[in-house]
Amino acid sequence: MLKSPAISIVDAKLRYHDHILFDQLDFHLAAGQTTCLLGASGVGKSRFLQLIAGLKPIFASATISACDQKSLSGRLAYMPQTNALLPWLNILNNVLLGYRLRCRKKPYTHARKLLAQLGLSHTLKKYPAQLSGGMQQRVALARVLLEDRPIVLMDEPFSALDTITRYQLQELTANLLKNRTVLLVTHDPLEALRLGHHIAIMSGHPAKIEYLNYKLSDLPPRALDNPHLLKWQSQLLHRLQELQ
Amino acid sequence: MSLFYFLRNQIIGRIENGQTWLHTSWTLINLALSKSLLLKTTQLLIRKIYIPLLLIIIWACLIRFLRLPNYILPTPLEVLHNLINYSSLISHHLLATLEETALGLSLGILLGMLIALSMCLFRPIHAFLLPLLLASQALPIFAIAPLLVLWFGYGITAKILTTTFMLFFPVANNFLDGLKQTPENYLNLAHVMNSSRWQTLYQIRIPAALPNLASGIRIATAMAPLGAIIGEWVGSSQGLGFLLLNANAQMQTGLMFAILAVIFFFSTFIYFLIDKLLCLGMPWTLLKSH
Repeated sequence: MLKSPAISIVDAKLRYHDHILFDQLDFHLAAGQTTCLLGASGVGKSRFLQLIAGLKPIFASATISACDQKSLSGRLAYMPQTNALLPWLNILNNVLLGYRLRCRKKPYTHARKLLAQLGLSHTLKKYPAQLSGGMQQRVALARVLLEDRPIVLMDEPFSALDTITRYQLQELTANLLKNRTVLLVTHDPLEALRLGHHIAIMSGHPAKIEYLNYKLSDLPPRALDNPHLLKWQSQLLHRLQELQ
Repeated sequence: MSLFYFLRNQIIGRIENGQTWLHTSWTLINLALSKSLLLKTTQLLIRKIYIPLLLIIIWACLIRFLRLPNYILPTPLEVLHNLINYSSLISHHLLATLEETALGLSLGILLGMLIALSMCLFRPIHAFLLPLLLASQALPIFAIAPLLVLWFGYGITAKILTTTFMLFFPVANNFLDGLKQTPENYLNLAHVMNSSRWQTLYQIRIPAALPNLASGIRIATAMAPLGAIIGEWVGSSQGLGFLLLNANAQMQTGLMFAILAVIFFFSTFIYFLIDKLLCLGMPWTLLKSH
């Protein structure tokens, strides 16, 4: 069983060229649960995610820490929206990328098992360009799972997919990433409601993040025919419109 | 195309008479050609055959109507005659040019790659080398080549260096462009996966820049025979450039045209050869994305 820590971000600040994207931003990620971050495009969601991933320099005053006081480095997995796979590596090697880059022994058996579980066992020797968008994102998901890290950061992982593929992948992701601390950036309120234990909205210049106080009894992935879910979707849409 | 086959058969026939080593090297080259490559050249020629045919007809008509003497413009038939009569001579010199081209191209590619890598990795080298690189391209190759002959003699070294000097820049320039433009997502992934700087270079940045390197190599390949021929032109005792210069001096215009035809075939052939090799080496670049 993975021990997934909670993460707190205190006093984060990020500039983009001349203007400040956010300043004195505090945020908390619940341990072992999925938090969905909504917001208009350009508000700084992806950059905020990259800040947590250690891809952007943090200012001295800011702290990003896990509740167990250990460093985040080496405990994160990251899944970008597009261009997640390297075009020159076949599917199997793409899934093993982390181990290749760290020059570690490659867990071939585990990788094959994971790909088979995701219905990709016939693609091992293919190149990413030979796969559909949905399959490519499934491969990226397999890679995240093979990395086996307690914290997973996903940057609009399904936004480039068609509705049905997106629906299927949401379900799969929620089931496979259970008990991990997940931050999922999205612009789709329905996706957030289906997958999130918690939903947060990022808005304003400089941006602030507020948690949405909503009550849904069942656990993600939630079924779309849940009437409460649809009610919350319209409320969430209203809230997002207000904030724009 | 039949002309090309005829020429080749002629050359092989001549060689069989005595020079067995030449024969073996030709067999090797023929093997390396592979059928598909020859097919590709043939297809290209057949598809475009009517344009050269038209040009040849215009060429022949021009001579007929303007009554141009041989030494100004030889007839197509005369060129063919020269090609056949001098085939052993031409093939001997072609081999010398081939060797210079191959070595110069390899060295140019290698040097270009090294320069691009070192410029990409070390900022001070970038600042130091960039003006030098630009200056090297501003200097006319016709001024450099005699100097190289002065320093390295009439042998093959000066020709290889002339070729290298001409070719390293497109390779370095394109490769460096590619190395600078690694998609941010790839680098982010590598960072989160705790990759070291060298591993990121070796496994992410260099492979991501390979298509750019390939286009640099293609440009270099197209220019390579020219580099060797300029080198020979400036001072040498063998090679197509030397032969061309001699033919010119003796007003053997027919021979000159024959040599030009050989240079044309030779250049097109190595271009397709390298192109094919690059495609084989990078199969993913040929795939269409969904």
